[in-house]
Amino acid sequence: MRQELTLAGNRALLARANPLSKFGAVLLITAVLALSIDWVSASVALVFELLLFPLAGLTLTLLWQRGWPLILAAAVGGWSTSILAPDSGRILLDVGIWTMSQGSLQLGIGFLLRGFAIALPAVLLMSCTDPTDLADALAQKARLPHRFVLGTLAAMRLVGLMAEEWQTIGMARRARGVGSRGSVGQRVKATLGQSFGLLVQAIRRASRLAVTMEARGFGGGNRTWARESTFSALDLGVVAGGVVMAGLSLAAALAAGTWNMVWLGS
Amino acid sequence: MAPQDAAAAVRPAAVTARGWGWRHAGRTKPAVHALDLDISPGERVLLLGPSGAGKSTLLHALAGVLGDINDDGEAGDADESGSLLIDGAVPRAQRGRAGLVQQDPETQVVLSRVGDDVAFGAENLAVPRDAIWARVHEALADVGLSHLPLDHSTSALSGGQKQRLALAGILAMRPGLILLDEPTANLDPDGVLEVRDAVARCLDKTGATLVVVEHRVSVWKDLVDRIVVLQPGSAADPAVLLDGPPDRVLSDARAMLAAAGVWVPGYVPATRGRSEVPAPGTGNLLLAAEQLAVSRGRPRRKGLRRIPAVPVQEGLAAQVRAGQALAITGPNGAGKSTFALTLAGLLEPVFGKVSATLDLSRGAGIDPYNWKAEQLISRVGTVFQEPEHQFVTGKVLDELLFGPRHLGHGEDRVDELLERLRLTQLVDANPYTLSGGEKRRLSVATVLAASPQVLVLDEPTFGQDANTWAELASFLSELLDAGTAVVSVTHDAEFTAALGGVELRMAATEAVAP
Repeated sequence: MRQELTLAGNRALLARANPLSKFGAVLLITAVLALSIDWVSASVALVFELLLFPLAGLTLTLLWQRGWPLILAAAVGGWSTSILAPDSGRILLDVGIWTMSQGSLQLGIGFLLRGFAIALPAVLLMSCTDPTDLADALAQKARLPHRFVLGTLAAMRLVGLMAEEWQTIGMARRARGVGSRGSVGQRVKATLGQSFGLLVQAIRRASRLAVTMEARGFGGGNRTWARESTFSALDLGVVAGGVVMAGLSLAAALAAGTWNMVWLGS
Repeated sequence: MAPQDAAAAVRPAAVTARGWGWRHAGRTKPAVHALDLDISPGERVLLLGPSGAGKSTLLHALAGVLGDINDDGEAGDADESGSLLIDGAVPRAQRGRAGLVQQDPETQVVLSRVGDDVAFGAENLAVPRDAIWARVHEALADVGLSHLPLDHSTSALSGGQKQRLALAGILAMRPGLILLDEPTANLDPDGVLEVRDAVARCLDKTGATLVVVEHRVSVWKDLVDRIVVLQPGSAADPAVLLDGPPDRVLSDARAMLAAAGVWVPGYVPATRGRSEVPAPGTGNLLLAAEQLAVSRGRPRRKGLRRIPAVPVQEGLAAQVRAGQALAITGPNGAGKSTFALTLAGLLEPVFGKVSATLDLSRGAGIDPYNWKAEQLISRVGTVFQEPEHQFVTGKVLDELLFGPRHLGHGEDRVDELLERLRLTQLVDANPYTLSGGEKRRLSVATVLAASPQVLVLDEPTFGQDANTWAELASFLSELLDAGTAVVSVTHDAEFTAALGGVELRMAATEAVAP
């Protein structure tokens, strides 16, 4: 699992852009899509996003591995909207309490596409951004406090270790007679106990890591940065690309007459 | 940067303690009491003493990290008395003057790429960017890791490599004082030598002062020029018990040090021998494994197909017999623990099977992995390397009663175990607050409280002092004589010899980066 979360060997163009400019572009696109539940703006944005895949070094397989919870959530959202939204137009499906009409189906598809279109930029950003580079950019360019940024970065490294530790603690507890199999109640109880064990270990590790960092002079006032976070022409392109994508999605929806502000209702 | 520049840049530090004492927040007894000690610039000192003598506390104080957070993660009001100075100033005010390497390799790594991790300390000291990278390259070369690319993942390093990386991270700060707190306790024999040799090279080059805490004297004896023995502080006794050149201290106080559990060179503690070591192949067969492939990974599913995990070892076979010791040995990464945990019914075999004979299964079925937890503990007991992983209650006594209560019998055995493993005084203590040796004894006792016929131990002697070591070996030999089968995963040749029995040596599987 750890391997899927790193970018080892990603030499794609967007991997070289500054994380902040990528973050800005993602923010623009998601902001426009969050305003309306229509399928035109969402599909236009989605097409652009799929075109960006090679630039971010992402493939459909990797997308599924990293983003499947988001994809499933968008699909479930679309499905439930189409059966639960108020009906309008011809009824397409009628199964007792569930009905799907033309109007609700349209809304559901809009919801599904919008879900994808909003989720994908985040997956794209993650797939071509190294956490260390992101931390550098946040501290050096966005001027967030370095104690906070670097502390979070170091703690993230422990998350992978915790996954291994979880398995070990599970076995160690079974060896003490705490069953992780059996009835639902027993399983819940065992999982709670195991979580507590993991929490204790996480706190121990974290305090030892804090000592390590402090012993290396962390937490003082001034610090230099071995890696300089820089903006280049590429970043201008990234932000401009974001503006263009957001603008075209909006324009297409307005032109098609489907623009549908969320708070105005449908 | 040329090496001589680096050497010139390091100014060895002097340490002065005058009546220094420290009491951790929330404790009644001080960890260190009235310490008087002078260490001259460039001296190399090995700090010895029983657990509770305040060795780690002293090291943390010198590193300037004492006070904010102690080992239990508590912040609070601790007490300091007297003075402890580096070059005449308080350690806290001199960031980067001292560098500390601790015991657990995993928490010595801060960042995910090798180069960034070494640069971290220098960045915090506000060293200019170009100078940082020059220092990074030099430090990596000094610890023998220059063959790794700067963007190499720190998670992919072995324990010994992680400790050398931590050393490099400290060297990049150019400290005048290097502090090592049991840096090799969690390493296999090769890793121990790797780290020791890297330390020796760096000291020869920079001339920095060294203070190292370590139980195993033989590893550091030839590298240090002074041994200081501390004792638990009290009003009557001075904190420093002995102080002098290694050979003199070791000859004057050999018996006393050995009695305190220090691993004095050439000393193997006396242990109870087996009354009679049974011939290989005798004793009732309890567990057998054939053509076994093992892995910690779980099988994955792709559609309807089940894809087995990639085994770390294949074609393994073993027989576990009553009253027989089986030692699983071999280099790091060979899958020894994985094999033992599979034998113990805690991991599912990738291929092949582990079968329990009727003498062991007593109606529970042939495959230990499918046993219920309470069926497992009364048949096969497993002691993990990290005792804390197995603590399930908040009191030593509850911890021991946990197994018998679940089984509904065997509570009468608890008193005997408490007595035998010297835990009677600690029945009300919280298991997490015990010392390393006490935790080890407790973890063995808790597993034995369920009276298993097979006992599996993963690196039981790692980081233990000589006294705990001897107690453990003697106790296990008693169990063996009483007919328990003992399987131990270990790097410790003396421990294997003390138990006798069969050794199963596992070969390295794939080339792990040097």
